[in-house]
Amino acid sequence: MGSLRHLSVSQQIGLLFVVLFGLLIGVTVIAFSRTLRDRSDAQLEAHERFKRDLRAVWVGAVLFWISWIAGGIVSTLLFGLVSFLALREFVTLTHTRRGDHRSLLLAFFVVLPLQYLIVAGERFNLFTVFIPVYVFLAIPVVSALGNDPQRFLERTAKIQWGIMVCVYGMSHAPALLLLDLPDYRDRGAFLVLYLVVVVAVAQIVQEAASRRLRRRPVARAISRSFSWRAWAIGAGSAALAGGLLYWSTPFKSPWGAVIMGLIAGGSGTLGEFVMQALKRDAGVRSWGGKASVTGAVGLLDRVAPLCFAAPVFFHSVRWYFGI
Amino acid sequence: MKLPEVAGLALAAVARLITGAQGHWYGAPPKAEQRIYFANHQSHFDWVLIWAALPSDLRSVTRPIAARDYWTSSRLKHWITREIFNAVYVSRQRTDDEDPLEPLMEALRHGDSLVIFPEGTRGNKVDPAPFKAGLFHLAEAFPEVPLIPAWIDNVQRVMPKGEVVPVPILCSVTFGKPLALFAGETKHGFLERARNAVMALRSVH
Repeated sequence: MGSLRHLSVSQQIGLLFVVLFGLLIGVTVIAFSRTLRDRSDAQLEAHERFKRDLRAVWVGAVLFWISWIAGGIVSTLLFGLVSFLALREFVTLTHTRRGDHRSLLLAFFVVLPLQYLIVAGERFNLFTVFIPVYVFLAIPVVSALGNDPQRFLERTAKIQWGIMVCVYGMSHAPALLLLDLPDYRDRGAFLVLYLVVVVAVAQIVQEAASRRLRRRPVARAISRSFSWRAWAIGAGSAALAGGLLYWSTPFKSPWGAVIMGLIAGGSGTLGEFVMQALKRDAGVRSWGGKASVTGAVGLLDRVAPLCFAAPVFFHSVRWYFGI
Repeated sequence: MKLPEVAGLALAAVARLITGAQGHWYGAPPKAEQRIYFANHQSHFDWVLIWAALPSDLRSVTRPIAARDYWTSSRLKHWITREIFNAVYVSRQRTDDEDPLEPLMEALRHGDSLVIFPEGTRGNKVDPAPFKAGLFHLAEAFPEVPLIPAWIDNVQRVMPKGEVVPVPILCSVTFGKPLALFAGETKHGFLERARNAVMALRSVH
């Protein structure tokens, strides 16, 4: 581990991409060879789901690679696009009325681009308060001008919440790229990768653990599978993954990497749990899939844990380094 | 590539970015045959949505209907409807010696597919308004052309009547089983059946 830390940046990156794409190719080949066998319908469905997830990971890896080559501004733009698509999906599944038209326009075409512009401009103080302070006022004002009191609080709260999750939360991921950490110039992308990996590990391990353990769910009406033990196993694995990635991080000791992994992974899966509650409320099982009227692509499902974990992780890192 | 093609591709890309423009085909796969699509009508955006949901090779042979007085009133509107969409122009003022359906018949004789909104105007109710007779006359005159019902979902949220900027919200177009006129079916009966076929697609998922 220690020797890895002393490699030059470009060597580390080379190694990282070789490992990442090597793993992906391996998994894809295995998955493909398994399709050649006959299997039951349930297995087929599980396999289809796995294929969808695998495709998402491929897309993510390629995007990561592109953003690495193209630099901070382009990756900020890419995150902005993902934010846009996630918010689009969120708004589709909430009930807005005619009077919300202008506030939605404000959210999509003013708030979202401005937030990412602020990130790209490295104005971190403004970036943390822009949405919770200024947009918090602006959205209900525009909504009230829409002259429709029916379910006003509910509608406004939903729009605010969508902005908080899909724009504010998400924008903390590219903000990591631009953090000025000690001895860590030009390596922000590693921190983003670290975050994405630990969150994904927590999610996958928790899912697998809850299937094996069959514990009594904590909140059956919301999630049939969420239990505290499965959550702890997921977060613990995230901590372990974080420790293994220590060489790529700016943290001062392996323990720092472990604890950050725990924080990010744990909050990501809790965020996923919250999203499940939200889906139940909206009456859909999964944002994507056949249940949804509008054929939403299921992107929100994938990025929600990241949206919740990113701000927590971002501020933990700032606090850790005292910047 | 010429300018209208590029503009068309750009427009389709924007429509997809804003609405997703998902086409779901139940009962009739997208195919390069002559067809008449008919759908509910809630927004100016309806046509663009159907057009963007079609596979790109079907777009050039599928034509919308445009009101001549409105869509030729400025050079830009005229250019968009003529060059990008290849629209069929109809006049809203009825004159005695001219059949308002004649331009549509002409296009069908020519082998093109059409998209029509038989409600005649944009509605803002949950259910579509009663269908106008035009669909019946087309079905009568071209019995061999399949009539495909389509339900456009959510588009009224994208651009409500009176607004100009669309909000990004996912929409879908559900295409159903082809319909044909029965022998001896009355005008009223057929139009009601067609309207029900469109509404039935609302719950097909």
